[in-house]
Amino acid sequence: MSTSRQLVQKTLGKRYARERRFRWYGALSILVGILFLGFLLVTTVSNGYKAFVQTYVQIDVDLSAAQFGGEITPESIAAANFDGIIKDSLRNAFPEVSGRTDRRALYGLVSNGAQYDLREMLLEDPSLAGGVTPVWLLADDEVDVFMKGRIDRNEPEANRRLKDNAIGWIDQWVDEGRVEKRFNEPFFTNGDSREPEQAGIFGAIMGSFFTIAVCMLLAFPIGVAAAIYLQEFAPKNRITDIIEVNINNLAAVPSIIFGLLGLAIFLNAFGLPRSVPLVGGMVLSLMTLPTIIISSRAALAAVPPSIREAALGVGASPIQTVLHHVLPLAMPGMLTGSIIGLAQALGETAPLLVIGMVAFIVDVPTSPLDPGTALPVQIYLWSDSPERAFVERTSAAIMVLLMFLVAINGFIVLLRKKLERRW
Amino acid sequence: MRKSATSLLALGLLTAAGVAEARDNIMIVGSSTVYPFATVVAENFGKTTDYKTPIIESTGSGGGMKLFCSGVGEQHPDVTNASRRIKKSEFDQCQENGVTDIIEVKVGYDGIVLGSSKEAEQLSVTRRDIYLALAKEVPNPDGSESLVANPYMTWADVNADLPAIKIEVLGPPPTSGTRDAFTELVMETGCDTTEWVEAMAKSDKDAWKAACHTVREDGAYIEAGENDNLIIQKLQENPDALGIFGFSFLDQNADVIQGALIDGVAPEFDLIADGSYPVSRPLYFYVKTAHIGTIPGIEEYMAAFTDDAAFGDEGYLTDKGLIPMAAEERQQFQAAVQNKTSLAM
Repeated sequence: MSTSRQLVQKTLGKRYARERRFRWYGALSILVGILFLGFLLVTTVSNGYKAFVQTYVQIDVDLSAAQFGGEITPESIAAANFDGIIKDSLRNAFPEVSGRTDRRALYGLVSNGAQYDLREMLLEDPSLAGGVTPVWLLADDEVDVFMKGRIDRNEPEANRRLKDNAIGWIDQWVDEGRVEKRFNEPFFTNGDSREPEQAGIFGAIMGSFFTIAVCMLLAFPIGVAAAIYLQEFAPKNRITDIIEVNINNLAAVPSIIFGLLGLAIFLNAFGLPRSVPLVGGMVLSLMTLPTIIISSRAALAAVPPSIREAALGVGASPIQTVLHHVLPLAMPGMLTGSIIGLAQALGETAPLLVIGMVAFIVDVPTSPLDPGTALPVQIYLWSDSPERAFVERTSAAIMVLLMFLVAINGFIVLLRKKLERRW
Repeated sequence: MRKSATSLLALGLLTAAGVAEARDNIMIVGSSTVYPFATVVAENFGKTTDYKTPIIESTGSGGGMKLFCSGVGEQHPDVTNASRRIKKSEFDQCQENGVTDIIEVKVGYDGIVLGSSKEAEQLSVTRRDIYLALAKEVPNPDGSESLVANPYMTWADVNADLPAIKIEVLGPPPTSGTRDAFTELVMETGCDTTEWVEAMAKSDKDAWKAACHTVREDGAYIEAGENDNLIIQKLQENPDALGIFGFSFLDQNADVIQGALIDGVAPEFDLIADGSYPVSRPLYFYVKTAHIGTIPGIEEYMAAFTDDAAFGDEGYLTDKGLIPMAAEERQQFQAAVQNKTSLAM
């Protein structure tokens, strides 16, 4: 046997072992990654899934004409004191309750937003009025938390936010079938609120929508135009080199810096209003521009030179070559890069902090100029709220944000599969 | 397509400039401690009146003052919340920038709690104990008039009556108003229990400040950020640790967290309200008089906040953990709101 063969045979076992070890390391690191992700998902979902249902209580509400000054008209309904009506009805349900503190506890079982819901209900359907009508009303967040089993009734009374008398009333309602958990519609249709049972993410979703829309409207055309110029037309010299280095650098600048830049320029120099999605979108567009330019340039570079040469050869002008031939072929890559930038912008909070979008905003924005917040900001604000019921809402909002991100990333994969061309 | 997008944008910017002239919602900034109360008032105000719901940013007391005092005009906030009184320097800053008339409104009190997990034994400490446990340098235990690096490792080292558990306190960072109040109410008082240190306040103010205000950096005091919920969670995981946070968080988590007795008084609603619990601080908001009339609803917002149904003894803010003032003091500030009394310093 030759010596080299001996050498190979001697080390062969070691090399195989090394190969196996390497694969094991790879598998292990993926496993660790999956474990972390799984832990995150499991805690978020187990904390948050209950937020998608909400406790309602059925109360016999006295809606006789006397409550509306004798006459039931849309005007008298709008002017009626629904807070008083609900309190009267609660007192009638438990006539034995007396004393200020006990009554306060009793009134506290129903959300203080229920009066506005009831008014809406009657304005929509005035025929409900005219007598004692059983109505389903939003329960207070303490009741909700209790019904979801997150308050232990065996705790000593002093340690519970919900006292023995309140639990007694709830038990009686449960026995009478007056407590029900329904799909949590307010969570998807309301803006922020300090009362957990009325707090919703719709305001944040609209804020995010306007912010991202402005961001893309600005960043995509500018980014693509810059990429086309730099890649196809710009002369290769020192200046373009410097620009290129700077663009690559900008992509790595922490987002808070863009926020401070936005504060200095858009708010202080241009005098644009604080807390509006328009400014948020402008700031985020600064942040996503480098991402879009870099990926667009890569997409343009991937188009084979033969396409350009052929177009020029049949007499197209340089601009026709780019717009008619190169750009359509590079578009899928550009879109992918832009959507990655969009997903990044969707999850951003730091730059929004300095321009005042991390704020308590109840009214749902209807334009990019109404004050608004964004989904990740809403999550941050809720996570810092003392009320226990916000814990599950925080997780539920995280789930919604994750779903959006999964949808966006799924869309990218689809787009790439559909449009990608191999040369 | 690119052209139309750009022109659309230019149009958007133009309208933005137009709309910026007419802000119709109140803009509020300031303390994260007042935030939970101000937001409730704002929400109710938005629901019960025709005005838009005010927008509230939680920037911290100091940050709020800076924004508030930066000038008069629609781009500047109308109201700032504070978990301490406005400082003379901030007031001067305001004057310099044309914010001459400010209405000061005190809304109530907040207790600062030294809390721990319910699984742990309830502590009863004095402010001197807390100071000795947390200061970077403490008076020499041998009695000589010098400061030494904090030698205490367990609470029993500080005071033999306390349990022998490691000193581990989670608390707010120096940027927080809670920390300011804690330093003033606990650390300074604890510091002054040693006579020669107290005397130092007169002879060498800077040295006294350094001795009383500096918190140890050897890991016994852990800065946990401004998120009080985080502190609550960490306390549940580690029964030996203590945490410093606002009373409303104890109020909401009374089933898992307990507050230590300080100077023999428990952090309870009534005891904070009558002033016997030693670590409580006043909460304020400040209003820019120049904006009244320009921004709609400011007067009504002030009235809503100072209504007895809000900050009174049985007001809805007490449900959120605000400790109300005595009736006389409330009337004083209701009058200030009514007369738009300008603050003088």
